[in-house]
Amino acid sequence: MIRFAAREKVPRWLNYAVPLGSVILAVIVAGIFLAATGHNPLTTYKNIIQASITQPGAFSSTLVSMTPLLFTGLAAAVAFRMRIWNIGSEGQLYMGAVGASGVGLLLHNLPGPVLIVAMMAGGIAAGTLWAAVPGALRAYLNTNEILTTLMLNYVAANIMYYLIFDSNSYWRDLTSPSARVFPQGKNLASTANWPPLQLGSVTIPFGLLLAAGFAVLLWGVIRSTKYGFEMRVVADSPPAARYAGIKTRRKILSLMALSGGIAGLGGASQVGDFSHVLDPRGLEQAGFGYTGIVVAALGRYNPVAVVVTSFFIGMLVNAGYALQGPGFPIGVTGTMEGILLFCVLGSEIFTRYHVTIRAPRRATAIRPVPKPPAAVLPASAHEEVPS
Amino acid sequence: MTGINANIGISIIVSAILYGTPLVFAGIGELFAERSGVLNLGVEGMMLMGAVTAFLVSQRLHGPNALVLLVAVAVAILASTAMAAIHAFVTITLRANQIVSGLTLTIFAGVIGLSSYIGESNNLGAIAGKHQFSELNVFGLAHLPVIGPILFHQSAMVYLSWLLVILAVLYLYRTRVGLHLRSVGESPRSADAMGINVTRYRYIHTLLGGALAGMGGSLFTLQIATNWIDGITAGAGWIAIALVIYSFWRPELLIIGAYLFGAFTSFGFDLQARGVISIPSEFWSALPYLMTIIALVLVSLGSIRRRLGTPAGLGIPYVRGES
Repeated sequence: MIRFAAREKVPRWLNYAVPLGSVILAVIVAGIFLAATGHNPLTTYKNIIQASITQPGAFSSTLVSMTPLLFTGLAAAVAFRMRIWNIGSEGQLYMGAVGASGVGLLLHNLPGPVLIVAMMAGGIAAGTLWAAVPGALRAYLNTNEILTTLMLNYVAANIMYYLIFDSNSYWRDLTSPSARVFPQGKNLASTANWPPLQLGSVTIPFGLLLAAGFAVLLWGVIRSTKYGFEMRVVADSPPAARYAGIKTRRKILSLMALSGGIAGLGGASQVGDFSHVLDPRGLEQAGFGYTGIVVAALGRYNPVAVVVTSFFIGMLVNAGYALQGPGFPIGVTGTMEGILLFCVLGSEIFTRYHVTIRAPRRATAIRPVPKPPAAVLPASAHEEVPS
Repeated sequence: MTGINANIGISIIVSAILYGTPLVFAGIGELFAERSGVLNLGVEGMMLMGAVTAFLVSQRLHGPNALVLLVAVAVAILASTAMAAIHAFVTITLRANQIVSGLTLTIFAGVIGLSSYIGESNNLGAIAGKHQFSELNVFGLAHLPVIGPILFHQSAMVYLSWLLVILAVLYLYRTRVGLHLRSVGESPRSADAMGINVTRYRYIHTLLGGALAGMGGSLFTLQIATNWIDGITAGAGWIAIALVIYSFWRPELLIIGAYLFGAFTSFGFDLQARGVISIPSEFWSALPYLMTIIALVLVSLGSIRRRLGTPAGLGIPYVRGES
């Protein structure tokens, strides 16, 4: 028998001990899973750390894997923190990539810095607009945003495929005969490459710096601005927000737009930092948007914590690419992310409740109670309550 | 109506049923879970687990077709029920947020998760299926015009799904247990006061939801397609969740919606194969998702004031003595 008693006050050490304990639990559970499927857990863990940190160049590639996850993690974190369930950062990121590559191709004559800023604006605008649709539906018609944002992911993927594979669009490379047979996007001019920061042997993508800046900014906005405060009221108590005269609908719409804009900027960063072309297959296979949900939930929707969790999930994702093969099938990444998140989610109860586990009481252990005389207890008390 | 048009009409209905049947199973399953107050967004992941395990069994097991298919579906049910059990434990016993737990389940079991892991470590990707559900000729009536192919020439799973809908309606509205289930979803507090074990009802119906999602998923590899690819369900799990909403949590409406979406899914293939119109294939692929959005908007237009059919306790963990 498991008993839960609500804690009057949460001891501060528990706020650190419980997440730490749940991560350790996840490592053990994932290890059991690996062992059960015929992989040596210790070797696998060692390989992950080698492939994502200690090998030459591994740390830089982890930063590459981390960059889009920080964007989508932040996008999910700001929305989820306010109980707006935007799971469309996948599609918003696609549209951001479409917007940024479109702008990058269109304005290729402009000098580098102007072009890069224009690409960012293109990515943000496309992501914002794509998220504003389900945002407006949720705000004004109360349409379930979980499903609409998710459905729009599939629609966005189809738009992206159409642009490259099924049309002669502006994004598609039609210059050579081979590009007509094997469809691919137009490459951007080299002036459109976002400049990375080189620190010794470590390369930090420009987009990562941008995203980290956004993380701090968002943390400040949520914590200490009027907008952030009102959002928190809307999230925690919609009736209170209405009585206080907060314009709930506009808040919801603006938050969805903000979340979509961040994801869209993530799409722009994919194009500007890494691929320099609109690559539908690569973006779809990566599933940055869905992994961003894991990143956000692990960081408990705190933008600064999301920087840390995106690094760890980035490690896992990068190891997934580097180690891909019989010893490390693709599915391991998602399975381990799931185990980790389930452990963290499930353990949160220990901060909120005092949990005691007792052996179930046996029927024989109960002392027999003498039956009251039939007359004392009316027969009706034994009958089932009419339903 | 000319003969050719009638044929197109019948073939659209037949493929609507083909693509709609997994949605019926998964949708009714999710409906049961939600009626008990548990929102499970892991349907997509559970369906994928059903699809991959069913395909694995159908590849590895040798024997008569019917027996192999039976075992394959049974294993699919076990696998997806196990997935639902994680969600049930985390949300009911440990009281975690149902939305986040459900999303986690879809990531855990989904395209880059366990289902893909099982597929890849067993090399399921490169092989063609050995056992498939085939259409029965019920009472020898399959050749009747119009109703023959629709009513008497379906696979066993389709007939099972029809039976499921009838049983679900009877269960929800005509039995005491069904009444208790609805009260658990509407007001767990009053149900608890009546002596109904809220936790047990929620567990059982979440697991039942998982089992049915697995059955629906198994159809993707045993009937609709003859192979396994990662993420083969392509969002069907999410459409099933949407179906529950716009059928107002009623099984008899859900099956209609499922066939409608089956039709949208097959529409593009059908018309393109016949060369009727030349609209980009991406448009047809996106159509079921766009129609889902439109349906959700229409439903919310109609129910801004009254939350039609939504179980009042949906998504809220029940803790005795806490408000």
